[in-house]
Amino acid sequence: MNDNTMISFENASKSYGALQVLRNLNFHVDPGEKISLIGPSGSGKTTILRILMTLESLTSGYVLVDGQQLWHEEKQGQLVPASEKHLQNVRADIGMVFQHFNLFPHLSVLKNVTEPQRISRGVAAPEAKEAAVELLEMVGLGDKLDHYPGQLSGGQKQRVAIARALALKPRIMLFDEPTSALDPELVSEVLNVMRKLAHETDMTMLLVTHEMSFAREFSDRVIFFDKGVIVEQGAPEQIFQNPCEERTRNFLHKFIA
Amino acid sequence: MQWDTEFAISILPRLMEGVIVTIQATLLGAVLAFTLGLLLAVGRLVSGPVPSKCLYWGGEFIRRTPLLVQLYFLFYLLPEIGIVLSPLVAGVIGIGLHYSTYTAEVYRAGIENVDRGQWEAARALNYPPAQTWTKVIIPQAVPPMIPALANYLITMFKETPLLSAITVIELMNSARIVANQTYRYIEPITMVGLFFLAVSIPSVLLSLWLENRFARQD
Repeated sequence: MNDNTMISFENASKSYGALQVLRNLNFHVDPGEKISLIGPSGSGKTTILRILMTLESLTSGYVLVDGQQLWHEEKQGQLVPASEKHLQNVRADIGMVFQHFNLFPHLSVLKNVTEPQRISRGVAAPEAKEAAVELLEMVGLGDKLDHYPGQLSGGQKQRVAIARALALKPRIMLFDEPTSALDPELVSEVLNVMRKLAHETDMTMLLVTHEMSFAREFSDRVIFFDKGVIVEQGAPEQIFQNPCEERTRNFLHKFIA
Repeated sequence: MQWDTEFAISILPRLMEGVIVTIQATLLGAVLAFTLGLLLAVGRLVSGPVPSKCLYWGGEFIRRTPLLVQLYFLFYLLPEIGIVLSPLVAGVIGIGLHYSTYTAEVYRAGIENVDRGQWEAARALNYPPAQTWTKVIIPQAVPPMIPALANYLITMFKETPLLSAITVIELMNSARIVANQTYRYIEPITMVGLFFLAVSIPSVLLSLWLENRFARQD
């Protein structure tokens, strides 16, 4: 492992009872790298994001974020399961965009973006508002500040969710099927925002998606998962044009057909 | 038996004193029931399996025994172990404790109805647990509960005559005292009934309005 690794999974496994969703997973992500995780449903790709966001715990193995253990901490020279406080410290660097947006429905668009800054970063109200307005303008929703999530389309909700996650200035952004819950005509407005982020920022990004053409232009590297293991990974051109593995070919075939 | 309007008017001031006590008992009891219920519900959700089970069975115990028995216990039996409560205080604690076990269920259902994604969003945004509750979960859980809580408020109000059993001079007890002194029942008891109706009917309308107002909106 090189010192300059943003995320690493080391022999990471995850089971729900008898069902093993990740098996001895090993992979590393460099700082600023944009990675797409693709694969059939149930292959474990979303679980990877959820483990990083500390929404699911690890069953065994280790995950490191910027050289720091995520699910463990060192106490008297020994690695012990992380305390809630440790998790809070490490995940402050990570932001997540969910498939179903998970905006706060009782707060206006503006408040959805200001309140998290105030609560988890202690930003003063005027600065939080300024940052929120700027981000909401960046995602094209500068005119919807006083709307409530219930008054927005799916694509608009997802753009607010992206602004909300960005407001906390994460160094790592996780996108969990951000367009899967959207009507087809609303997909592109969200992808445009993500495309912009990918080009203009040096955030490390992990994207779980079924939008193969977007994965291809968005990512530096594509990882194909099946049944909890990495089947194949490589540059997008290689994976999409010249997959080495039979399983990858079969999977991608369904999207071309 | 004949209605005597003059007599009815003459006893009105005494009944009004009872009305004030009835309203006091209802409101104080409700404040206790609503706060304690919330603590019970959150306590059950955040504590480990053993305390949670204890809270559950404690709640069941209170709910499955009659309020009247609990009132007797608070007012007549506690003094034997040195805890002497005034009638109104015992009454407020009795009503509050009894109905907190019902409001706890309303809160629990309301909290469990908040989408799991909201908890996950709060975690992803690195909210500390206290703010997850106060800024995300409770503000969303409470509005849909308001109609059910309002119904319990009306029920508590209608149960206040039980307090007459522990010598609280609320409306029903004042009417009974008037009746015992004058041997006239028709006016005081009718007026008690009318008073409860006069409050209950608008309350039902209010709770219907609340149900429309706070019906789950996404």
